[in-house]
Amino acid sequence: MCGIAGLIHRGKSSNVGQELQGMLQALKHRGEDSTGYALYGDTDGQNFIMRFKVGENVGEGSSSVMEDVSVYDERKKIVDSYLSQMGAKIVKEERILPYSLRYEIDYDKGDLLEFSQKIESIPGVEILSMGKSLEVIKDLGNAKAVCDRYNLGDLVGTHAIGHARMATESGVDIKSAHPFWGYPFSDVSVVHNGQLTNYWNNRRILENKGMRFMSECDSELIAVYLAEKMRNGATLEEGMKDSLSGLDGVFTYFVATKNSLGMAKDTMAAKPLVLYESDDLVAMGSEEIAIRSVLPQEIDTYDPFDGEVKVWQI
Amino acid sequence: MANLKTTEKKTKAQSMGLHTEVLTGKTQQKFFNPDEAENFYYWGTYDVDFNKRTELDVNDMDCKEANKKIDELMSQGYGTIVIKNPQGKHSLGVGILNKLNLIFEGSLGYFGVGSIDGPTVRVNGRVGWSCAENMMAGKVVIEKNAGSCFGAAVRGGDLICKGSVGARTGIDQKGGTIIIGGDAGAFTGFMMQRGRIVVLGNVGINLGDSMYDGTIYVGGKIGSYGSDAIESPMTKSDIDWLKRKLKVAEIGEDFDVSKMTKVVAGKKLWNYDALEPTEKKGAI
Repeated sequence: MCGIAGLIHRGKSSNVGQELQGMLQALKHRGEDSTGYALYGDTDGQNFIMRFKVGENVGEGSSSVMEDVSVYDERKKIVDSYLSQMGAKIVKEERILPYSLRYEIDYDKGDLLEFSQKIESIPGVEILSMGKSLEVIKDLGNAKAVCDRYNLGDLVGTHAIGHARMATESGVDIKSAHPFWGYPFSDVSVVHNGQLTNYWNNRRILENKGMRFMSECDSELIAVYLAEKMRNGATLEEGMKDSLSGLDGVFTYFVATKNSLGMAKDTMAAKPLVLYESDDLVAMGSEEIAIRSVLPQEIDTYDPFDGEVKVWQI
Repeated sequence: MANLKTTEKKTKAQSMGLHTEVLTGKTQQKFFNPDEAENFYYWGTYDVDFNKRTELDVNDMDCKEANKKIDELMSQGYGTIVIKNPQGKHSLGVGILNKLNLIFEGSLGYFGVGSIDGPTVRVNGRVGWSCAENMMAGKVVIEKNAGSCFGAAVRGGDLICKGSVGARTGIDQKGGTIIIGGDAGAFTGFMMQRGRIVVLGNVGINLGDSMYDGTIYVGGKIGSYGSDAIESPMTKSDIDWLKRKLKVAEIGEDFDVSKMTKVVAGKKLWNYDALEPTEKKGAI
């Protein structure tokens, strides 16, 4: 059991970091092994923001092996040199935790695949997100703990999706935590609640097509599946509709891009989702109490039906 | 109950090592005696006055505190309780075995008013998954939408949603009536065993899948029929019952029930003993 939540403000910005923290904290009983945020902030749109990790959080019930911090420093140095080799200029650098970094990068080449492959060829390094407004922050612990650790409360933006995880089929570590970046597409992220039963079949097919998997978490498949569809020219909504038959199992997932937020529910409708829609705000979560944390007044909500796909624009 | 001490079966069974326990008077069932007044009441129920009304704000309470407070109010004789600010919390109003007017001014989360026997409940909002699960008797009216598994394993009473409901409405239903004013999702009436489901709007795929018995009436379109669910002709008694029930339920009084589709169990799926092997395969 995991919990997912998302919201999109239409026509305005808001304090989405704080809002999503409230929604995910309301769902903490659904799992607090790890919590992740995909926040779409207000940026100037000039530079890429790269969130990446050079190691794992080895505390808080982690299933990862402890490494010396000096290893993180070495990996960071290699990342910096590779960026320089690829003509990417670091405009701003933040080391939030010994293993977690945020770079603003001036990089004018469009091909993020080559860029990402180069960076992730360094053992232990994973790009959590790459985009001009997307920032994926994920770590072990509940929503409040992660929000406080990364100072997300002040982040202003238009939309966000997040995930409170109870680890069931893969480890308690950051690499298995959601959201997953829609590698190698700028500003695409995915969160998922459910189980995918044809994960390995799909993974083998997609890996043969050159797609990359960083974890053994079945949810990562959704991000990769959609990325592969979009790489072949499908729109996000087309890819999502295709996933209803292409993915087997039970699932409700959210996917967000720079300008939109979408949801898909499997044909068995086995996983919960409650939706609230108005002209200026769409909020959704595994349970209504998540929505109540941002809309305490009496509102009209509903459950989407089986096999439904919806996409909203900012 | 048969006294196992004196039966031959007991001796044979025990000699075979199949039974090691012997029932004693302590564990024997005490049969219902109408002369004993206490048998008419559940433990923990109260005499309440419907005209004695109070309000309870549960904004700062968790579900255990709120349910305990409702129990306290009933013990004080309150027969009408209005719950303020339920805020989508889970498991509110569960396990009430009393006659009671219970009104929620707002929405409930999961498992709202589950395992109740007797109260009349009105929710001026929405309910989450598994509302009124295992309800034995009473009446529950939801003014807005409901989540999935609405009325799961209901055994009696009337459960009414004026809006739309999610998937698996009336799953494992064993009695009573579920009425939906709007649409219902996939697997409505999944494995239902008895009772009636009435949906005025459309239903999703696999309607009545693997139902054992019971009846489903649908006013709108049907996504698809589930395994062993079949259409049956509407009778005059169906129409009369629907008209009366919709009126009592304060919903769809003007609805033309004669045009509804009636769905029942084909009863081929589970009667394996009466089928040849080839028929069994066909039934599945």
